[in-house]
Amino acid sequence: MAEVIKRRGTAGKRERSNLSGYLFTAPYALIFLVFILVPVLLAVILSFTNFNAIEWPEWVGFLNYITILTSDEVFMQYVLPNTVIYAVVVGIGGYILSFLLAWMLCNLTRGVRTVLALIIYSPSLTAGVAMTVLWKVIFSGDQTGLLNSWLMSLGIIDEPIVWLVNTSYLLPIVIIIGLWSSMGIGFLAMIAGIANSDESLYEAGAIDGISNRFQEMIYITIPQMKPQMLFAAVMAVVNAFQNGMISALLTGNPSPGYAAQLIVNHIEDYGFLRYEMGYAATVSVVLLLIVQIFSRAANRLLTEKD
Amino acid sequence: MAYRGRHINPRKFERGQIKILLILLPLALFMAMPIVFIISHAFKPMEELFAFPPRFFVNNPTLDNFTKLIKFSRSAGIPLTRYLFNSLIVTVLTVAMSLLLTTCAAFAFSKIKFRGRALMLQINQIAIMFVATAVLIPRYMVISRTGLIDTVLAHVLPLVAMPVALFLVKQFVDQVPDSLIEAAHLDGATDLQVYWKIVLPIIRPAVATAMVLVFQQVWTNLETSSYFTNDESMKTLTFYMNTLVNASNGVAGQGVAAAASLIMFIPNLILFIICQNAVMNTMANSGIK
Repeated sequence: MAEVIKRRGTAGKRERSNLSGYLFTAPYALIFLVFILVPVLLAVILSFTNFNAIEWPEWVGFLNYITILTSDEVFMQYVLPNTVIYAVVVGIGGYILSFLLAWMLCNLTRGVRTVLALIIYSPSLTAGVAMTVLWKVIFSGDQTGLLNSWLMSLGIIDEPIVWLVNTSYLLPIVIIIGLWSSMGIGFLAMIAGIANSDESLYEAGAIDGISNRFQEMIYITIPQMKPQMLFAAVMAVVNAFQNGMISALLTGNPSPGYAAQLIVNHIEDYGFLRYEMGYAATVSVVLLLIVQIFSRAANRLLTEKD
Repeated sequence: MAYRGRHINPRKFERGQIKILLILLPLALFMAMPIVFIISHAFKPMEELFAFPPRFFVNNPTLDNFTKLIKFSRSAGIPLTRYLFNSLIVTVLTVAMSLLLTTCAAFAFSKIKFRGRALMLQINQIAIMFVATAVLIPRYMVISRTGLIDTVLAHVLPLVAMPVALFLVKQFVDQVPDSLIEAAHLDGATDLQVYWKIVLPIIRPAVATAMVLVFQQVWTNLETSSYFTNDESMKTLTFYMNTLVNASNGVAGQGVAAAASLIMFIPNLILFIICQNAVMNTMANSGIK
C-alpha cells in the first residue's frame, strides 16, 4: 500500500495522463470494439454452432471444423487450391513486382516518376468500383469481345474463346485482374521507403566497390527500407486473401465449376445463399487464421536477417 | 567509366535511365489501358458500342450514356439525387468521424503514457489484417441488435475504425518531437490544446492520407447498402450504380454501365491526385518496426 501511494506521489501527473489517455482513445476503441472485435468474437462463437439465421443457434462443438477438413469437397478441391494459387501469384508475385516497380521508379527523375507512379497506382483505386462491364467487354465470349477480336485479327486464334465460361481460363483471368489492381498502398510505401533512403550511403557504397544498380539495390536500398517492406508485406497478404469481388462480379457466385471460387466467395456462398451461417463463420475463422499465419511468416522472414 | 553510385532520386535525365524507361513505359501503358478503355467506352454513342469489329477508342464522344443513366433512375422511382445525397452524407460523416477519432487515438497512443497502451496498439496492429467480408454475418447481427438497420449510421459506424489509418497516423505523430509537447505543457497547455494546436497542424500529411484511405473505403462500399439497409431510399449511389452495372447485360446497357463505373472511379482518383504529396510523405514513415 505504501508503495502504491509512493508511486502516486512521484507520478501525480501520470495519474492524470492515464485518464486523458483513456479519454482520447475511448471513442476509437469503442467503435473498434463494437464493429471489429465483437464481430470477430461472434464469428468464433458461431463457428461452433449450427445457425440458419432464423432459429436460435444450436451448439455443435467442433463439427463445422471437422466438416471443413474432411467432407467439404468443394473447399478442399477447388476453394483452397484456388485461394493458395491466387495468394501466391497476387500476394507474393505482386509484392515482388511492387518492389521492382518502386525501385525502377526511384531511378527516374521526379516528374516522370510521379506520372508513372500514378498510372501504376490508379488500378488499385478501382477496387470496390464495379468495373465488371469493362472486363465483360474485354473478355466477352464472341467476336465482339475486345480480346477475341484482337487475337483473331492477329491470327493467333481462329475461333472466339469463351473466356468467362471456360473453366481453365477463369482463375488466370481473375489473377491477372487481381495483379493489375494490386499496386496499392504497399507499393506507395515502397516508393517512399526507397526515395527517402540515405543518399550518402550510396556514395559510400560506390567507394566500397559496388559496381552496378543491382548490387546497389541488394546491399544498400533493401537493408534501409525493411520497415516499409514489412508494411507492404502485410498489405500484400491482406490484399491476397480478402479479394473475392472480382470473381463474384465476373462470373457470379459460385463461379462455373467453382473454377475461380476463392475463400471469400465460399463464405458468401454458405452465409448468404445457403444460410448456413454457422458453417460460414467457421470458414471466416479459418480465413482470419490463415491471414494471421501468413503475416506472421512475412514478419519473421523480413526481420530475421538483421 | 567508373561507377558513380547514387542513382536513387536522380536530378536530371541520364542515359542509364533509358533501360528502365524501356521496361516501365510498356508496362504503364498496359496498366493504364483498362482505365483508358472505360473512359472512352463511357463516351461512345450507341452505334459505336455496337460497332463490329469492336473499337477501343471513341470516335464521336457524346454524353448520351450519362443522360440515359439519369433517365433510368427517374423510371426506377427513387431519383438519382436521393442516392447521391445519401452517398454524400455518408461519406462526409464517415470521413469526418474517422479522422477525428483516429487522430485523437493516434495522439494518445504516441504521446500520452497510460496503462494498456501497448496492448491496445498491438491489437490494432493485428487488426490491420482484419478482413471485413469475413465477419459480415456477425456484423449484421451487431447492427440489427443495435437497431441501426436502415439508418445513416449503419453506413457510417462500421467504417469509422480503420486500423491501418490509425497505424499510419500514429507512426507520423511519433515524428513530432517530445520536447515541443513538453514545452507546451510547461506553458500550461492541456492535452486537448496540445492535440489541437500543436499535433494536428504538424500531422496534416498523415491526416490527408487517412482521408484518402477512408474515402476509398466508404465511397465504393457496397456491403453497408446490400446487407445493412433494406429501405431503397436509404441506399447509396455506389449501390445504385452497381445495380445498373449488373442489370446491363445488353450491349446498349454497356455504355451506361461504363458511365456509372467512371462516375464512381473519378472522385477516388481526383482526391488521390490532390493529396498525393501528403500521402507519399506519410508513407515514408509507414514502416513496421
